[in-house]
Amino acid sequence: MTLLEFARGPALQASALIMIAGMAWRMAGILLLRRRPQYAASRHSLARRMGGGASLILSRFIPRRTFWPRIAVGVMLSAVFHLGLALVFFGGAPHILLVHQATGLIWPNLPKGLIVMASGLTLAAMIALIVRRRLHPVLRLLSTADDYVSWLLVFLPVLTGILLSGEAIGDYGSLLTLHILSVEALMIWLPFGKLMHSVLVFAGRWTMGVTFARKGAAT
Amino acid sequence: MRRFIADIGPAAALAMESCVHCGRCAEACQFYVQTNDPRYTPIHKIAPLKQAYERELGPFAFVYRLFGLAPQVTAKELESWQALIYDSCNMCGRCSLICPMAIDIADLVERARHGLFEAGLVPADYLGALAEKEQATGSPYGLTQAQFRDMLHDIGLKHGVVMHVDEAKADIIPTVSSIDLKMFPASMAAIARILNHMGVSWTFRTDGFDADNAALTAGDRAGQRKITLGIIRAALACGARTVVMPECGHAFTEMRWEAANSFGQALPFRVVQITELLAEGLSDGRIRVNPGVGERATYHDACQLSRRGGASAAPRLILRALGVDLREMGDAGDANWCCGGGGGVALVKRAQPLRDLAFQIKRRQVEATGAGTVYTSCSGCRQTLEHGGKTANWTSTVASLLERVADTLAHNQKD
Repeated sequence: MTLLEFARGPALQASALIMIAGMAWRMAGILLLRRRPQYAASRHSLARRMGGGASLILSRFIPRRTFWPRIAVGVMLSAVFHLGLALVFFGGAPHILLVHQATGLIWPNLPKGLIVMASGLTLAAMIALIVRRRLHPVLRLLSTADDYVSWLLVFLPVLTGILLSGEAIGDYGSLLTLHILSVEALMIWLPFGKLMHSVLVFAGRWTMGVTFARKGAAT
Repeated sequence: MRRFIADIGPAAALAMESCVHCGRCAEACQFYVQTNDPRYTPIHKIAPLKQAYERELGPFAFVYRLFGLAPQVTAKELESWQALIYDSCNMCGRCSLICPMAIDIADLVERARHGLFEAGLVPADYLGALAEKEQATGSPYGLTQAQFRDMLHDIGLKHGVVMHVDEAKADIIPTVSSIDLKMFPASMAAIARILNHMGVSWTFRTDGFDADNAALTAGDRAGQRKITLGIIRAALACGARTVVMPECGHAFTEMRWEAANSFGQALPFRVVQITELLAEGLSDGRIRVNPGVGERATYHDACQLSRRGGASAAPRLILRALGVDLREMGDAGDANWCCGGGGGVALVKRAQPLRDLAFQIKRRQVEATGAGTVYTSCSGCRQTLEHGGKTANWTSTVASLLERVADTLAHNQKD
């Protein structure tokens, strides 16, 4: 078995298993904690509370206007990074093919040029974000090893992906192996660090939306 | 240390697990904005709570313990965190509006205060002293039932208003804030005058009168529950259908959203903040006022009433009914800036320089409106605004919306 075969076969299965089991464990550890019943009369109906949850999931993607002057740089870098990553992951032909093989689902891919551009922007935004994390006093204070490990484990697949798309750079087979292995490392780490926010963001926003809608409070 | 995290449920755990360390919460916090000191980043203030959670309760707690990734939170560590948790957080929740992960940091700070209180680390001068007295006597100033009764009698005589006290049956019981008792006794005459004007059956109850709940901001869960249950018992004793919370943000938060949980079931009466009652009365015609003309005023939202309490509309309806020319501050309503004294910060003596610095945002906002009067519906905010205004040599006056309505009541034979 070659390293590429290993990466495409048992390593992919094992990392997927660890990712799913880890995510399930973490979510269960949160959601199964003892809940305090809420007896206070709600200002709104159950439907409006659910609506509050759904609405906050969407509204929190764009900060309130009043906050923009102070947070524009961070928000824009983060937006470029997240949107770029989403375009590359969901729009790249090889990724769609992989999902198709695994699940049967298929959708049209984006032009390769667009994917390369999105990858480049993602990479540039990531570099800017890590530099900012090191320079900004608040970010430096808050940062832990998790921030750097998570950054690296996202950076590597993006970097190897860009190199792969160039085709002329390096040995394609080795790069592909490296790309797949780096994605698998990311998958293994995902449930244990801050990358889990890809799931928690929806649960957290929903929870606050429902709770605050109950009070008729600002979301 | 497990008691530190005893009341963490799924919502708080989600909040603790979700932070991506983006630092945006700092930009919504007046203490950071005014100082640029990263220590005032809201999520940083709850670091010991998060450490205790990760070690004792989180999904991977066993890993954290096994590899020593989250050491036990020591009393010494908590001590070093005391000033951050008590002096530099108004629990105003503005940071919860900016957080992309929707973390309610104010709620986490309240939980962190529980831990500090139990470790004996509440600032003694004088939040701790007030909470201690409140726990012992039911009033932060140690006011007895007899003293409260006498006080109400005197206020009634002085303001020429009929006071209903300890009546056996009543539909409405108003509660008071200890700040009103000490500094703004006219507000008690105002509520009495308005309830008389409405022609409703009401009474003050000396067995459950002080809704201030200093215990809440101190982190004293037992004291918080004791005060709350006292008011509930008083309301049940006279068959009240409505309990009216005074002009006090945290009192409303406690009674409206937490009391039923302390009671263990839905309350058999409704809880409203005084501005909500006034707005209702003005809307349905039970309160009639003589509107003024062209009074240029602004309104300061108490965070617990507006952003966190869902009662932003009521004061504005009242101001319209009064014919006030309302000049809103920037970020008025849900995104307002705290006066600087909320969350018990006004009760921490050593926090005054920081509080004054935080107040500068409000000062600039008020001054930009050009308003002659700053109305508010929280006596804690009123006190902070008055103090700040005095320091800034304001020509504008700080006033209670409740008292303004009482002064403007249309003549009524029932008064």
